[in-house]
Amino acid sequence: MIVANRKPFAEIKEMLQGYHKVLNVGCGTCVSVCLTGGEKEVAVLNIELEMARRLDDDPIDIYAHTIERQCDREYLAELDSLIENEKFDALLSMACGVGIQFLAERYPHIPTFPAVDTSGLAVNQAVGWYEERCRSCSQCVLGFTGGICPITMCAKGLLNGPCGGTNKGSCEISNEQPCAWFRIYDRLSGQSRLDAIKKINVTRGWKDQAPRNLIQPGYKKPEKMAK
Amino acid sequence: MSTETNSKSESNLEKVLKSGQFAFTGELGPPRGTDAEEVREKSKFLKGHVDSVNITDNQTAVVRMSSWAASLIAIQEGLEPNYQMVCRDRNRLAMQADILGGSALGIRNMLCLSGDHQQFGDHPDAKGVFDIDSIQLIAMVKQMRDEGKFLSGNDIHQPPKMFIGAASNPFAEPYEWRVHRLAKKIEAGADFIQTQCIYNMDRFREFIRVANEEGLTEQVYILAGVTPMKSVGMARYMKTKVPGMDVPDEIIDRLKGVEKNKVADEGIKIACEQIEEFKEMKGVHGVHLMAIEWEHKVPEIAEQAKVLPRPVFD
Repeated sequence: MIVANRKPFAEIKEMLQGYHKVLNVGCGTCVSVCLTGGEKEVAVLNIELEMARRLDDDPIDIYAHTIERQCDREYLAELDSLIENEKFDALLSMACGVGIQFLAERYPHIPTFPAVDTSGLAVNQAVGWYEERCRSCSQCVLGFTGGICPITMCAKGLLNGPCGGTNKGSCEISNEQPCAWFRIYDRLSGQSRLDAIKKINVTRGWKDQAPRNLIQPGYKKPEKMAK
Repeated sequence: MSTETNSKSESNLEKVLKSGQFAFTGELGPPRGTDAEEVREKSKFLKGHVDSVNITDNQTAVVRMSSWAASLIAIQEGLEPNYQMVCRDRNRLAMQADILGGSALGIRNMLCLSGDHQQFGDHPDAKGVFDIDSIQLIAMVKQMRDEGKFLSGNDIHQPPKMFIGAASNPFAEPYEWRVHRLAKKIEAGADFIQTQCIYNMDRFREFIRVANEEGLTEQVYILAGVTPMKSVGMARYMKTKVPGMDVPDEIIDRLKGVEKNKVADEGIKIACEQIEEFKEMKGVHGVHLMAIEWEHKVPEIAEQAKVLPRPVFD
């Protein structure tokens, strides 16, 4: 899932300086699961903002609404009448970067601000602990790396590791960070598949250096949107 | 040796190794400023005592004078530089451009490295590039030199001449993998290898034994890395703080066992004993002396290690 972390309160408060009627939009999917931007977190942030602004003698009227997914037009449409009727002077989004942009795009006349920093595609290792696993590089190498991603898990993103900095199974950057290539070696060794990494992995062309679109076979961009 | 088919680098180091003589290379860290004199000063101690000198590239991820610029100053001082290039700070365009420029101005050796992670250095929040890795860099330089083609496949007008170096760390886990990694670097196109600083001689002997067994030492020149310990503190630091470094307790004990003002001498003595063993070790073709911020000691160490005079070619 996509994980995100709430921005420091001071940063959020600073962004909302000068706005007095704001809608904070939560997202019920990924950021909700990672305890960052769901209904509960929206409520908590709103209370904090209300209190802080009251103390500043600059009250804010802040509404809360959490939809199922901010990255989906169908769900965003739920907000249309509320936004039309209430005349908010700003929107705050607690969704991931994708959701925030889709919200901003739907209501382009209203300033939209992010309340979270999106930090990646992660697994839920334990309650409250999310570990990044994928950089969505558009060319998956997991087939020959024993199901462990060196692009994400190796601090240097090496395709021919491990480097000389492996430190008793840890990465040179920290004892807390396992060396991805040490683990790849270990797993492939256990599967008697070391040959998979004995051959040189040649230089690759990065596929994530320009905005990407995915259009499945048999589909095309709707005409009104295709420029 | 793999290099015999493409000995067009005009490198002095290559000539030394090909002539079958025991090579001796040094190292010079560029300054943290624009003082060319500092490079010239350090160069004086190295001239005539080494076959080639490694010019480090933002080592430990700390910004310094660029390694190609310091390499050119070294050339002016009569040294042959071994231009180090890390993958951390440049993408493939910048790397190829610097290889062309370096070669155009007389740089004939390169050491291709991944580079310490930026988190170690003085700009820990920098974006690490790592567009390509060290093995891919070796292959890229080889392709540029031997095929006269850029990584893109386009032709190079007047390809670069380079004797291609790579690093090897026999002391980083998994140990069994280190010889395979060496083999990959040879396959990619490395002409010579400089190893991580060696302190654990048992582990190194085993590494070379396997490399000999696999026939790798017939395909590449191996220069054993030696760094004399200046103090007990340095030895402890290397043991505990430098990833991938293996300093056995007996080294520390030996340094602790002598009078305080004799520790540095003892460090040099240990280094010279190692060098004596490397001279006799099958599969080792030379020594790479990394006298870190101790360049002025190089003449003394070279003398004591009996590696002088250095060969001279016309």
